Amino acid sequence: MECVFGLVGDGFAVIAADTSAVNSILVHKSNEDKIMILDSHKLMGASGESGDRVQFTEYIQKNVHLYQFRNGIPLTTAAAANFTRGELATALRKNPYFVNILLAGYDKEIGPSLYYIDYIATLHKIQKGAFGYGSYFCLSMMDRHYHSGMSVEEAVDLIDKCIMEIRSRLVVAPPNFVIKIVDKDGAWEYAWRETIKDAGVAAA
Amino acid sequence: MSIFEYNGSSLVAMVGKNCFAIASDRRLGVQLQTIATDFQRISKIHDKLYIGLAGLATDAQTLYQRLVFRHKLYQLREERNMKPETFASVVSALLYEKRFGPYFCQPVIAGLGDDDKPFICTMDSIGAKELAKDFVVGGTSSESLYGACESMYKPDMGPDELFETISQALLASIDRDCLSGWGAHVFVVTPTEIKERTLKGRMD
Repeated sequence: MECVFGLVGDGFAVIAADTSAVNSILVHKSNEDKIMILDSHKLMGASGESGDRVQFTEYIQKNVHLYQFRNGIPLTTAAAANFTRGELATALRKNPYFVNILLAGYDKEIGPSLYYIDYIATLHKIQKGAFGYGSYFCLSMMDRHYHSGMSVEEAVDLIDKCIMEIRSRLVVAPPNFVIKIVDKDGAWEYAWRETIKDAGVAAA
Repeated sequence: MSIFEYNGSSLVAMVGKNCFAIASDRRLGVQLQTIATDFQRISKIHDKLYIGLAGLATDAQTLYQRLVFRHKLYQLREERNMKPETFASVVSALLYEKRFGPYFCQPVIAGLGDDDKPFICTMDSIGAKELAKDFVVGGTSSESLYGACESMYKPDMGPDELFETISQALLASIDRDCLSGWGAHVFVVTPTEIKERTLKGRMD
């Protein structure tokens, strides 16, 4: 079951997501990147129906880029979050997207921020959040160990604690995770946490 | 579980002597899980008009955005703020527009009308207005709130006494409701000032 979780630290925000692409009992791949880099200073971690996830996050990414091309300045994180909520809300009563989103970003005056956007377009600004079955473990772990103004090391340590909980306590736990960070220098992939490496294709 | 109980909410508004009070809980949940403990359910339309939206959070957010839009247009055209009675009719009309695909919200409206006479009203999700002279309630703990308000309310209370009464009634009800809680927001509005206070109840 898909897990996406994230938190806000001191001058940065971090999102972690599992990387398995699953169809019923079959695991298609274990290195699927579910955290999209929207623009230089925004991350969008998404979980839910795979087709909707890819379609919707790409749609948001392209529209964020379009705004920047048209207006010459990038969207703020709050604006991107509200735009995403608007798209989900408009589609909700016609053709809903079953995608849950954690949107993290860094703005120069505001600093880091993290937004929780439900698949039914509930928007809320949060300090820590999680989606999926993993949330039952991550939220409790974060409630216990999170404090505002954590350093990168402390935050990644907390992320690792959450991953340990998911691996040991969730029955069909995803084996691999990816962690991405956004801070004043941009959005970038911090690390992978792998227990299973996809076997390469055998030479012919 | 009903769609109205998906996020959990509690709202109450009371009339005092030349003042009104409107209060809500602070929990944002997804069924049994709590997502945030600082969710704002009550929003200002203008200095003497507040609306609280109970029910499904996504519809509350969408409806609030539409109402602010309508009120801003009204302000531009009429060059004044909307009276609470007028605003209640606008909300009712907006809700009935979606009669066969409604917003899953229950609004609680409170304001000071002509001559600063306090006005409160509530309506169901399809816009059936209920004007009351004393108090109106909404949300998952509404039945409990009816009982608490009926026993604690008396007419012509001053702002401080009204604050005490509405706080006790709300806290008593949300502390017994698993879907509402994590404290309360209370607004007490008189013709000259607006006092916003946050209360601590059972933090569960």
